[in-house]
Amino acid sequence: MTMSGIASQSPRHRRKKRSGWRGLLYIAPAMALVTVFFVLPVLFTVWMSLHKWPLLGTPAWIGFGNYVRMVSDVRFMAALGFTAHYTIIVTIAIFAVAFPLAIFVEKQRPLVSAYRTIIFLPVVVGLASASLLWVWLANVDSGLFAPLMQRLGLTNGRINLLAGFDTAFLTIIVMVVWKIAGFTMIILLTGLQAIPAELTEAARIDGARRWQRFRYLTLPLMRRTMALALILSVTGSILAFDQFYIMTSGGPQNRMISVVYYIFNQSFVSFNLGYGAALSIALLAILVTISIFQLWLLKVGDERP
Amino acid sequence: MRTRREIRARKALRDRIAYHGIGIGTAFFFLAPFVIGLLASFRPNSESGLPPLPPWPMSGISFDAYRILDGFGSGVWQHTLNSLVVSFGTVALTVAVSVLAGYGFSRYRFPFKNALFVLIIATLMIPFQSILTPLFIILARLGLNNSLFGLMLVYVTLQLPFSVFMMRNAFDAVPKEIEEAARIDGARDLKLLVRVLLPLVMPGVATVSIFAFLNAWNEFFAALVLLSSNDNYTLPVLMTAVRAGRLGAINWGAVQAGVAVMVVPCLIVFLLLQRYYMRGLMAGAVK
Repeated sequence: MTMSGIASQSPRHRRKKRSGWRGLLYIAPAMALVTVFFVLPVLFTVWMSLHKWPLLGTPAWIGFGNYVRMVSDVRFMAALGFTAHYTIIVTIAIFAVAFPLAIFVEKQRPLVSAYRTIIFLPVVVGLASASLLWVWLANVDSGLFAPLMQRLGLTNGRINLLAGFDTAFLTIIVMVVWKIAGFTMIILLTGLQAIPAELTEAARIDGARRWQRFRYLTLPLMRRTMALALILSVTGSILAFDQFYIMTSGGPQNRMISVVYYIFNQSFVSFNLGYGAALSIALLAILVTISIFQLWLLKVGDERP
Repeated sequence: MRTRREIRARKALRDRIAYHGIGIGTAFFFLAPFVIGLLASFRPNSESGLPPLPPWPMSGISFDAYRILDGFGSGVWQHTLNSLVVSFGTVALTVAVSVLAGYGFSRYRFPFKNALFVLIIATLMIPFQSILTPLFIILARLGLNNSLFGLMLVYVTLQLPFSVFMMRNAFDAVPKEIEEAARIDGARDLKLLVRVLLPLVMPGVATVSIFAFLNAWNEFFAALVLLSSNDNYTLPVLMTAVRAGRLGAINWGAVQAGVAVMVVPCLIVFLLLQRYYMRGLMAGAVK
């Protein structure tokens, strides 16, 4: 960066001036969309959350009233609790299925790409479609599971899976694992394949057993990938809505209302738009915190050899 | 020697049986719901309330379920058309906007370039579910409430972080010499972009298109909130009416038929263009 650096800088500098505004022209449509349909709504959400905002009529400024109400809102706290519960259980379930699957499809063997594709198929259909399919399969009279279990003699009579909280919850977990496990599997697979074969080979020659190789070689080298898969699963689960709306309508006993579902009810069923906005800000704060935590987690992974 | 080889061969065979045994079992779990649902959708109305044991039609293939589905809302053709319009509109607009932006970010220097790029990517951190209320109001102010075009614009915006990122990388991979040569030949600006560079970034365009199509076709929450009149419902929103049933009775045949109409296009698009889909997934995962 002595003479040559200075010399090469001047034509580039001229070019920068010449094409400065043209570049902005190319990104203008994208910026316009992001501004109107993202930046503006985010700012507007903050503004709305400080008002009592009915669907019709004029909004009234109430300062932090909505936030005060939120803190003492038992149903919102219940929704938060349920969402946290769901997120933890479903993430563990997805990993418990996806990790073995990733190891299963890692090596190039006959038919392995066919297995990968089939396991991945549910990922590309919509969560709404998957929920509809499974709400039928779980139906007590016309579905598959209850009559099948009865016919196999596992249960006396037909059990209505969606009537009780535990069985309905379990059904939704199985559905989501079916829908999402393929995605997590592929993410984990990229991590597994990034581990140099020589390393595993060297460990094998040194006498490390299969479990030892997994515990002290594979797992530490998978840190980054697992952090990514974990975060995608956690953020996705916190935003869960479709499955509860379609499969159980928030029941039984309204015990399956997730945070997004509660915001939906407040904003678009009860039309408390201001309060809904305050709840949205809370949700947004939770997710941004998780995203920052994610960046930190990925960075920590970087520092490791 | 011989026995050792035999032992090894037997172990290999056992491994292979175990491998395919697990493989077939797993494939069955992931495939069966689709197959059972699809088969069941061809049962006559008299069988549609029965458990799918067996799932295939007992007395000949029938399209009763699809006919009943057609009786909901404004007919299944209208709603499929709505979904197609929104999905293909989203694909076209996403490609146009992200190709332009990707090219701009890859090839030009301008003030606040990095900050603006980060702003587009940062929208990923904010869940759109949390800004749906103001979106609803903004669209109403723009006269785009309850309109497929408004919904399309929202979907395009949601696709932008991924798409702009993909397209910028695609343009970055194109050697600058090609552009210089085309410039000398007299191609400029948009002409250069469309005639010379676009064919070179087609794999990126394919990836962006698949994700835009699948996400727009499958999206439920925004469509549920932003569309308010029956004729405009996309398929997933129509299906809530089918799911709710009439007079307390749900016609499960219609549910199966609706699931088939929503699921089959996704599976076909994915199976045909798997390579481009996986490329996008990897790019997202590596990032």
